[in-house]
Amino acid sequence: MLKDEHPQSLLEVSGLTKHFGGAQALRGVDFDVRAGEVHCVLGQNGAGKSTLIKTLSGAHQPDSGEIAWQGNVVTIANPVAAIQLGIATMYQELDVVDGLSIAENIFLGHEHATAGLVRGRETKNAARALMTRLGHGDLSPSREVGTLSPANKQIVSMARALSHDIKLMIMDEPSAVLDSQEVNNLFRVVKELTSQGIAVIYISHRLEEIERIGDRITVLKDGRSEAAGLAVKSTPTRELIALMTGTDIDHVFPPRVPLDPAAPVLLEVDSLAAGSRFRDVSFSVRAGEIVGLAGLVGSGRSEILETIYGERTATAGTVTLAGFKLKAGSVTTAVNHDMGLSPEERKTQGLMLEEPIYRNATLSTFTRFARGALLNERAEREATSEQMRALELRPAEPNRITRTLSGGNQQKIMLARWLIHGTKVLLLDEPTRGVDVGARMEIYGLIRRLAAEGTAIVVVSSEIDEVIGLADRVLVIADGNVVAERNATEIDEHGVLDLVMKGSAA
Amino acid sequence: MSEPTTITPAHEPVAAGNPNAARRFFSSAAGRNIGLVIALLVLIVVGAVTAGEDFLSLKNMLVILRLASVIGVVAIGVTFVITAGGIDLSVGSLLGLCSVVASVTAVQTAASGFWPLMIIVAVAVGLAVGFINGWIIAYGKVVAFMATLAMLVAARGAAELISQRKTLIVTNDGFKDFFRTEPLGISIVVWIFAIAAVAAWFLLNRTTFGRRTVAIGGNATAARLAGVKVKRHTLYLYMLSGAAAGVAGIMLMSRTTAGTSTHGQLYELDAIAAVVVGGTLLIGGRGTIGGTVLGVLLFSTLTNVFTQNNLSTSVQLVAKGVIIVVAVLLQQRFANREGSATTT
Repeated sequence: MLKDEHPQSLLEVSGLTKHFGGAQALRGVDFDVRAGEVHCVLGQNGAGKSTLIKTLSGAHQPDSGEIAWQGNVVTIANPVAAIQLGIATMYQELDVVDGLSIAENIFLGHEHATAGLVRGRETKNAARALMTRLGHGDLSPSREVGTLSPANKQIVSMARALSHDIKLMIMDEPSAVLDSQEVNNLFRVVKELTSQGIAVIYISHRLEEIERIGDRITVLKDGRSEAAGLAVKSTPTRELIALMTGTDIDHVFPPRVPLDPAAPVLLEVDSLAAGSRFRDVSFSVRAGEIVGLAGLVGSGRSEILETIYGERTATAGTVTLAGFKLKAGSVTTAVNHDMGLSPEERKTQGLMLEEPIYRNATLSTFTRFARGALLNERAEREATSEQMRALELRPAEPNRITRTLSGGNQQKIMLARWLIHGTKVLLLDEPTRGVDVGARMEIYGLIRRLAAEGTAIVVVSSEIDEVIGLADRVLVIADGNVVAERNATEIDEHGVLDLVMKGSAA
Repeated sequence: MSEPTTITPAHEPVAAGNPNAARRFFSSAAGRNIGLVIALLVLIVVGAVTAGEDFLSLKNMLVILRLASVIGVVAIGVTFVITAGGIDLSVGSLLGLCSVVASVTAVQTAASGFWPLMIIVAVAVGLAVGFINGWIIAYGKVVAFMATLAMLVAARGAAELISQRKTLIVTNDGFKDFFRTEPLGISIVVWIFAIAAVAAWFLLNRTTFGRRTVAIGGNATAARLAGVKVKRHTLYLYMLSGAAAGVAGIMLMSRTTAGTSTHGQLYELDAIAAVVVGGTLLIGGRGTIGGTVLGVLLFSTLTNVFTQNNLSTSVQLVAKGVIIVVAVLLQQRFANREGSATTT
């Protein structure tokens, strides 16, 4: 109803440029957003997406170029000005206060108050109305936000945006912290917003999401709008990847390598269980093989990896690594027997962000380089440089602080750690979270290459198509049980979801 | 891709004494704490102007160093704990407890033929209490702040019980004679501080022990998942801090020729202040022994300047507070600048 025949642009951006010191972040961005549409902005890390968002939300001022809002050229001096215009931004790092209630969070900074006293009932009612509008009327406005899941925190963040009279909502990788079910819910909310005439600028690395909810796409590359306002329906994924990376790519996933029938079993998991999290998990992985665990968040897939690794203590069953039965609940034993884990949360569980790259790369091996208790940092740096070159991680500066690397490069450091270690069994939990499309394909290629060199690999991902595309064999997990085991070529995403549903019902 | 095999170091390890290592020492400790060096120089100029010849005399410089030594050794131990993201509030009380146990009649009698026994006892008490701290924190999963706060109270109480609130005079002549010697004209206490500082710098920057310490402070989960035995190492760190408090207890005993439960009161705060002013991050992940030494010297020079000018200790406390805040503010300024320069 609100989408009229000749939609006029709500937002029109032309010739936007911005530099920071010597770095040119934006070199000329042109695109327009119409009321009620989902406009996807795609681009690799460093393409200028963040700078563009920050410029539109008033956090940065452009060097040149124009921003027209409802036909008038405007200057968005600061975030408050953006909200007054009707532009709200939902950042990746959610800006909710855990200790406050849902209602208090929604009206943070513009409370319903008389002379400093908050009018509680009015606030709660208004909050409930906004949450209902987003399809979450069931959450009590007085509930503390710290008790909510990341998905629901997002909803609160959106409700806060809606508490202002907004016409455009910018979402920066909202699905990065969500699993498939929660993503479905997010999409419902996005549809809800657009049906009310609100436009959404949607940033994501996941191309399949864009196909599902996007109306039009703008692709950024090297700070320029490489293509603007492409219709999603008529633009094949392949073309998008080509636009984004500047190269034509035939396949996202590397080709599978036929498994040597004589390849030894490196990892054998037998009747493994951990309390109520999962039970009776048995599978084996041979040298050169990639096994994927597919399932929803909460299915127990990450817990299975953690238990194999010893980070979580098994209550039953055994893990055998190249013939050696591992001690339950001992990460050190696992590492000493050449098993490695790249954890789900790279930044909080995997890396020392303020340390130089080489110290992260050698975190599991620095004692090996050392002579007795004496560190040999030179050898550590050399080994790191060598791996960085092999992983095409440029510039190969092992002294660089890890925090300054992109998500994809940080993931490569995690791989480098276990490459230097020489692991026989590698467990990968969400290997491409927060990694852009180009780097993703590189990481897929690396994982396949590692397998081809004789490593046994187990992959867990919330993106089911990633598990299927990467793995040779897929175990479907539902409610802590392995409900099916299939060759990856014999199953697709729908097949997995069907099995999950059946498994959960059983 | 290279063969993922065990790597044998292809090069000779860097010798501790070579110029490269020396250069790195300055870039890591003095270089990063250039502000501290300037502050110290300013303070020395102020001292020289206001107190003149007396202040600049070699004798006074040695007084400053002696003043710095006891807190210095405590602070060096605490630097390790803080670098690993922990905190040890018990060191001041523990210092008192160590001094008391080492000077009770029974120990002094037993040590009459072999005076170093007193040192061994003090260090053993420090290690034992550090073990308890570390065990409660690492295996009992109690927050370090609370565990060591409890120990602060308990160790002081234990010291009072053992000493019956009396000052225990050191009568052991071997002990007293040893600490009266002044090799190269410098007090033994200062030598201990210097040796402790060099050894600690080496331990933190050049050994696997130091790397584990920094790694745990930088990201304990990452360290654990890479196979570092985080709990065991945490235990060792509190034992190290306890042992340092024991050594400091002996140093204070030698200066006062007495052991008492009031020794070391509030030293934990002075030590933590010196560590943080020195540039070690309270949240862990970055530690500097050079910075700690400079921080301790800054505070002891300050005390000396005030004493030389006959100013009250109250004024001195205010000045100390101001210095702590200014130093931390400056550090943050530098840290931010460094951060924005490296971000791409």
